Amino acid sequence: MITFDRVSKRYAEGHDALREISVHINRDELVFLTGHSGAGKSTLLRLIMLMDRPSRGQVTIDGQNLAAVRSRGIPQHRRNIGVVFQNHQLLFDRSVFDNVALPLVIAGYDHREVGRRVRAALDKVGLLNRERAMPITLSGGEQQRVGIARAVVGKPKILLADEPTGNLDPALSAEIMDLFEEFNQVGVTVLIASHDLVLISRLHHRIITLRQGSMVSGSAS
Amino acid sequence: MGRREAVRRKEGASVSRTGLRDQYNAWVQHHRLSAADSLLRVLDHPGSSLLTWLVIGIALALPVGLNVALDNVNQVTAAWDSPAQISLFLQDEVSVDRAKQLEVELGARKDVSETRFISREQALDEFRTLSGFADVLASLDENPLPDLILVTPAATLDGPAVSALRVELQGNSDVAEAVLDMEWLQRLNSLMELSRRLVWAVGAMLVIGVLLILGNTIRLAIESRRDEIVIVKLVGGSNSFVRRPFLYTGLWYGVGGGVLAALVVSAALWFLEEPIGELALLYESAFHLSGLGVMGALNLVILGGLLGLAGAWLAVSRHLVHIEPR
Repeated sequence: MITFDRVSKRYAEGHDALREISVHINRDELVFLTGHSGAGKSTLLRLIMLMDRPSRGQVTIDGQNLAAVRSRGIPQHRRNIGVVFQNHQLLFDRSVFDNVALPLVIAGYDHREVGRRVRAALDKVGLLNRERAMPITLSGGEQQRVGIARAVVGKPKILLADEPTGNLDPALSAEIMDLFEEFNQVGVTVLIASHDLVLISRLHHRIITLRQGSMVSGSAS
Repeated sequence: MGRREAVRRKEGASVSRTGLRDQYNAWVQHHRLSAADSLLRVLDHPGSSLLTWLVIGIALALPVGLNVALDNVNQVTAAWDSPAQISLFLQDEVSVDRAKQLEVELGARKDVSETRFISREQALDEFRTLSGFADVLASLDENPLPDLILVTPAATLDGPAVSALRVELQGNSDVAEAVLDMEWLQRLNSLMELSRRLVWAVGAMLVIGVLLILGNTIRLAIESRRDEIVIVKLVGGSNSFVRRPFLYTGLWYGVGGGVLAALVVSAALWFLEEPIGELALLYESAFHLSGLGVMGALNLVILGGLLGLAGAWLAVSRHLVHIEPR
């Protein structure tokens, strides 16, 4: 589903964010990506999202070589990937419902279909009763669930998460991870960047470890 | 694998793209949403929006108002296209009796409404009192001025007919020279042409000003929603999707400015109507101040809207591409 073939990323200032990364993530897999900050976790996710292009090597997503995706094709590419951010990236002037509906409105769904899917997604993360609330009135954990609902509402094949439990206490973090496992069980490929080793080592999934841009473990499942 | 595979198939089916018709409906719906949302945002800040509208309105009202004024002056001068008088300077040897006879003869013509004979002595007296060259004139041995008959053509004659009349009178053996007093009219016309061009130049500059003001207003709107744009792009919003609400914002500013411009011009005309009516009455003229008209006002609003769109496009194409998820 996700294949990195000898991918390197060097930024303009000469800093090597990724060095010769080769890794394959299968459909149905849930994989953790770990390492210290600056190890290249975010860069790897950014390459998948086409927020950056690799300096060398190839990234292939669902059979599509990303080098062939031109800038006009980036929006379409991103619609097939759900993303959860550490800082949630919610629109604070819109209701929970409107936040979750955003990817569907962008993709051009009929409004009845939007309503149906948004409620299904909110139900999944346990926030169905808060659809009219404004994000600012929600707790950190609830805001993160809204972010997750928004990431999965378009039923993407791939779900990425960048430090999704960064600001949450252990109990809430475990709940969030349970959610990701549930999505994984219905066939979504999930890749989670996290440095919470205690939490992720309990969950018995493949762990890819990066150190200074190089992969030190987890290349094979 | 069985159950999981089945579940995934089901999921996969619902991921499939929405139909073309749905896409079109959603596109229309997003236009409607963007239009309404942009309008609400504009109305949400009535103070600053009114200021923007006023700036655009006044900038548009100035050239349009001047143009309306010129149209009105044109209407007045059109009535003067047949010039008032032909001056017939008579030959020196023509006697005063013959001159007076000619005056009566010409006065009887159908294409002449009035004639007036001015003898060389009368003319000299007039010149003496008006010019202040009395001493100089007194030193002359003889009167240098010719006898003169002023011919006023019939009001029904148009410009070319009056010119033809002049040529015909020039042919008279008693007439040394027939002069049509058209020069002042030509001067007025070229002055009008110059004014019109000035109005166009001022209008063009103000239009550029409006574009820049709108561009700047939209730039600020883009800046204030930077985070939102980043999020929308992250979840797959295309450039046109991001652009749409800002284009509508520009449209609303422009349309509002156009409406205000039409109001300002109408108010100015209303303000001037009474004194101009009185003035026209004094000149026994049926002149009536003509305004913008419904079509003129509508055109102004459309022009405002187009300028709004253009200004927004300017800002959006310059600033939106630089806002990318980082």
